[in-house]
Amino acid sequence: MSLNTALASDVAPPRPRATAPHPVTRLIVQRVALGVVTLWVVSVIIFAATVALPGNAATAILGHSATPAQLHALEAQLHLNRPVFDQYGSWIGGILTGHPGKSLANGMPVWSIVGPAVLNSAVLVAVSGIIASIVGVTLGVVAAVRKDSLFDHASSVLALAVTSLPEFVVAITLIILFATVVWHVLPAVSLLAPGTHAWASPRELILPVATLVIVTVPYITRMTRAAMVEALASDYVEMARLKGLPTRRILVVHALPNAVAPVVQVLGLTFLYLAGGIVVVEYVFAFPGIGESLVNAVTNRDVPVIQMIVLLLAGFYVLVNIIADVVALLATPRRRLPR
Amino acid sequence: MATASDVTVAVLPARRHGGWAAILRRAASLPRGRVGLGLLGLVVAVAVVGPFVAPHSATASIVAPFAGPSRQAILGGDVLGRDVLSRVLDGGWVLLAMAAAATALGVALGTASGIAAGYLQGRPDGIIMRTVDVLLAFPQLVFALLLVSILGPTVWLTVLAVGLSHAPQVARVMRSATLDVSERDFVKATELLGVKRRRIMTEEILPNLVSPLMVEIGLRLTYSIVIIAGLSFLGFGQPPPAPNWGIMINENRQGLVLNPWAVVVPAILIALLTIGASTFTDAVARVTIGIDREAETGAVLAPAAGEEP
Amino acid sequence: MTPPGDVRVDVQGLRIVLAGSSVDVVDDVSFQVRSGELLGLVGESGSGKTTVALALLGHVRRGLEVAAGRVLVGDNDMVKASEQQLQRLRGAEVVYIPQDPASALNPVLRIGTQLTEVFQAHRQVAAAKHLGDPKARLRQTLEEVGLGKTPQLLKAYPHQLSGGQQQRAVLAMAFALRPSVIVLDEPTTALDVTTQRHVLDTVRRLCGAYGVAAVYISHDLAVVGSLANTLTVMYAGKVVESGTTAAVFGRPAHPYTRRLLRAIPSPERSEVLEGIEGQPPHPTRRPRGCDFAPRCPMAAPACSDGPVPVVSLPGGHLVRCLRTKLTTGPDTRHPVQISASRADARDTQLRVSGLSARYGTTEALCDVSLTVGRDQCVALVGESGSGKTTLARCVVGLHTSWSGQVQFRGQDLPRSAQQRRPQVLQAIQYIFQNPYTALNPRKTIGQIIERPLHHFHPSLSRSERDERVTRVLSDVALGPDFWSRHPDQLSGGERQRVAIARALVVSPDLLVCDEITSALDVSVQATIVELLRRLQAERHLSLLFITHNLALVRSIAQTVTVLSGGKVVENGPVKRVFERPENPYTVRLMEDVPKVVRGEQQPRLPAP
Repeated sequence: MSLNTALASDVAPPRPRATAPHPVTRLIVQRVALGVVTLWVVSVIIFAATVALPGNAATAILGHSATPAQLHALEAQLHLNRPVFDQYGSWIGGILTGHPGKSLANGMPVWSIVGPAVLNSAVLVAVSGIIASIVGVTLGVVAAVRKDSLFDHASSVLALAVTSLPEFVVAITLIILFATVVWHVLPAVSLLAPGTHAWASPRELILPVATLVIVTVPYITRMTRAAMVEALASDYVEMARLKGLPTRRILVVHALPNAVAPVVQVLGLTFLYLAGGIVVVEYVFAFPGIGESLVNAVTNRDVPVIQMIVLLLAGFYVLVNIIADVVALLATPRRRLPR
Repeated sequence: MATASDVTVAVLPARRHGGWAAILRRAASLPRGRVGLGLLGLVVAVAVVGPFVAPHSATASIVAPFAGPSRQAILGGDVLGRDVLSRVLDGGWVLLAMAAAATALGVALGTASGIAAGYLQGRPDGIIMRTVDVLLAFPQLVFALLLVSILGPTVWLTVLAVGLSHAPQVARVMRSATLDVSERDFVKATELLGVKRRRIMTEEILPNLVSPLMVEIGLRLTYSIVIIAGLSFLGFGQPPPAPNWGIMINENRQGLVLNPWAVVVPAILIALLTIGASTFTDAVARVTIGIDREAETGAVLAPAAGEEP
Repeated sequence: MTPPGDVRVDVQGLRIVLAGSSVDVVDDVSFQVRSGELLGLVGESGSGKTTVALALLGHVRRGLEVAAGRVLVGDNDMVKASEQQLQRLRGAEVVYIPQDPASALNPVLRIGTQLTEVFQAHRQVAAAKHLGDPKARLRQTLEEVGLGKTPQLLKAYPHQLSGGQQQRAVLAMAFALRPSVIVLDEPTTALDVTTQRHVLDTVRRLCGAYGVAAVYISHDLAVVGSLANTLTVMYAGKVVESGTTAAVFGRPAHPYTRRLLRAIPSPERSEVLEGIEGQPPHPTRRPRGCDFAPRCPMAAPACSDGPVPVVSLPGGHLVRCLRTKLTTGPDTRHPVQISASRADARDTQLRVSGLSARYGTTEALCDVSLTVGRDQCVALVGESGSGKTTLARCVVGLHTSWSGQVQFRGQDLPRSAQQRRPQVLQAIQYIFQNPYTALNPRKTIGQIIERPLHHFHPSLSRSERDERVTRVLSDVALGPDFWSRHPDQLSGGERQRVAIARALVVSPDLLVCDEITSALDVSVQATIVELLRRLQAERHLSLLFITHNLALVRSIAQTVTVLSGGKVVENGPVKRVFERPENPYTVRLMEDVPKVVRGEQQPRLPAP
């Protein structure tokens, strides 16, 4: 705005860059450090929450009918009679060295339960995320370029309606449509045995992926459209038109790159959302991922498994945040190269 | 190019920048505002009035499990043979009440910390924002699950968990809005009088945050409904035999082929509720963007009703 | 120099309306520009000048449409041209120089890319004009605009350039293909005076060298006057006067032009500024008849009857007015001089000694000293970055990283406003630059003005408070009906008056005015400055008046302090500093200030 730039200073031409570290490296280092600290605090919270259990894990497992002797034995086995810091230390130590303890439900090592589940969920999230990103961004760009057209209005209304539907409603709808009531083309429940890999039978993936894509595409579309509209309405795009540049070039070279930064943030948020969204979706389709494992663990009060999964999810969050921030920075020369 | 130029002055006549009541009124006049409000009203009516007009008890088994629609049970029976219609009519208000309470809690907490962080800056800002970062490392649903897994599912605990999980996001948004407002000269003008900072936050800043606040309330309410319904669906809401819409969808899944209504009707109601809430929130968002643009450019440019911002 | 050649721009009866309505933004606009000529299109906000400028490129902003008229550039009617034709012409035959180069340059593309793409888009035109190898031509153009010596320019991103460099880059983009028409939209508004002078010189030189027909849009008559051959004055979307610069400045025929000229401060005379009360009519609320009649001192009943025809005066001087019998001839008003007495500081109110301030690690002020006495107005001038706003903020307690002494009435003041006593806070009042953010949009005017009263005098009764607010509202010439309005219903000038009223309601001793008119039109600025001067005299206030507009200083201040790079370079009575500056920086500053020469004026575009 003229008002602000009226005070813009017309100082000397750009000085040679000082010896400060490159903004990208600095950002990565900062974020990773922050991420580690965050994860540590998260682990403390998770641990503290479980310690706050009225009664303790032993009571939860054995029930109220347990004799004091039985309780005592189990407590000793679970190290529940040691000081809190000790317990935390051994838990964290276990995680960092690859031994996150044993499940309380079936005595198996936590990782044997969580490991394959993580892989499956990763596939689910990756496939859904990528499809949703491609579809959403494309729709958003088209809607922005054809602003105020029928396509734009129709997609906007549709997006608005779908965007806030709970995943289980979408999942149930898809099941009704494609698996049980209307048609019977796809499996309503995935018949994957725990421990098998998701990509072994892709048919099981279709409905869960479809659910996740349907739930996330509207948001991506709307945000992409908004970013493109803003870029297309900017002063520099107007200037490009006034320079007589061809429309194609204006769209692809001038407008689109300016929309990358906000769109990347949106895609990051989408992946983060998926990490939480898979909980319900996996449960509905009995998909053997960490979402389903989490729900089972919570039902069974299986503390070590809960702890591990939540920690993993938090780690995923931190990672995605870092990546999104870095990519957004790379796409913004103004922040990447200081004056 | 974008100053108070001749074009911007040349558009619609000045509209009064009103408070929350004016914003709601304007939003309700937009087509999507009307749709949203209509849907919301419909579902709220069903939820609130429902318990009084339910033909049967929500917990008594009156027909065979998953019986089809009959004169006795218009929508058929559910997994235990209870009247689907009665359960549907009974099962909404708790969900709404929980969602409203969680939203209120989250927004209040988030707004207070967001304004404090944005205006006071310095150390309070650092502490609050680091806490926010940590809390944001949990997906909302997972956070609620974590708490529920430890302390068992109860209504107030669910409300607390969901409310707390909203607070960080609200804090972020309100902090960002506060930073904007704090920079404006009228805030500095009041500081120059020597007015205490706490009064400045409540008297100068908060009234100017009405726009983002209303949008956040709308968004949070929508998410509250989604998450609480989701928790109920997963079995972590009210204990059975409570007629909660989320629970109904889950417990009647197995009988989908026999009596789909037991699943479809509560699903439709939840869907209408969320569609209505998000559509109305969108209408509010459009209205507030128009208002903010007016205030910003100091000119009278406002999108015509219904225009994309 | 080549005498004015063929007509290159011919606008005939242009009318642009709000899409789908009959509300016009621009109506019945006609003018011609020949090659080698520069036409100044002058007007204040709401006059429609930018809309006309964009129409010269066949472009209308969203929400507007052309209802009638032709815009001929060469042989092409830009209004009726196809998208393809427009693309061919824009950038190559007719170019646009925007007001804000920073936002006109794409932040994610390198300067080099943005320069060369003009060549790529107009390959045929470039070939037809025998411009040669694009790389060589580009280098040549950069030399011409004065960027030849800047290393690494092509690889840089826009944010890495200064404002002046950005504008030159934009000029390079414009002149690269030797266009025949160039439209400049207030291109130096965002630049400070010295850079502005350089850029204007460049424009003048290039236009003269290539025989370009130029249209220069501006609200700054002083700048335009030094450049243009012909002037066209716009008001409320219509042309109210046009003619040679000499004629329009020397014998202004339209009452609006006459009043506008009187509102412009001059760095050469200390005179009272006369603004124009009121505002231009909103496009939806235009009066019947002459648009200016409600504010015109010479309006007759006939002026409001119907549309006013254009009258032809000798020498191609056109005016849209019915009262030309009263207005022809030079303006015989004699400007009222402002007394330059009281240049000596008696009864010092504010004393700043050895003030040094910093922002983080950057030093903003270095060892600055000045004094303001009772009944005295001290102007603080400097370019952007000179530290003048920082100084104001330190004095008032908004900025706290400073060292040195600030004394008010002999007492040292704490750094932060939060630590100062209420008596001090009440006695020193601050008026902000931006009237659009200085008032709380959620409060009424009455509430805004009585806030300080509430705070400093809580024991006042309701009626006493109301009485003081009413009184101060009338002091700033706002009627009591403003009491219940909200800021967004007020114009910029009115908002600034409210800000002044808010400051005055507690009867302060010192007013710190920080660029309070930068965001306002010239005619509004004049009323505000004159209001302030009058109030100062009536209430015996001390005034610390910060501005980058040197000419303005002569119309309000007795003493002036010049800042550059955080240091005081010159200090003294206004008359002396302006007429016999001693410091070389001040000397150069005074030379660079564009001046409006009233009376006879010779046009410019120098001989090659």
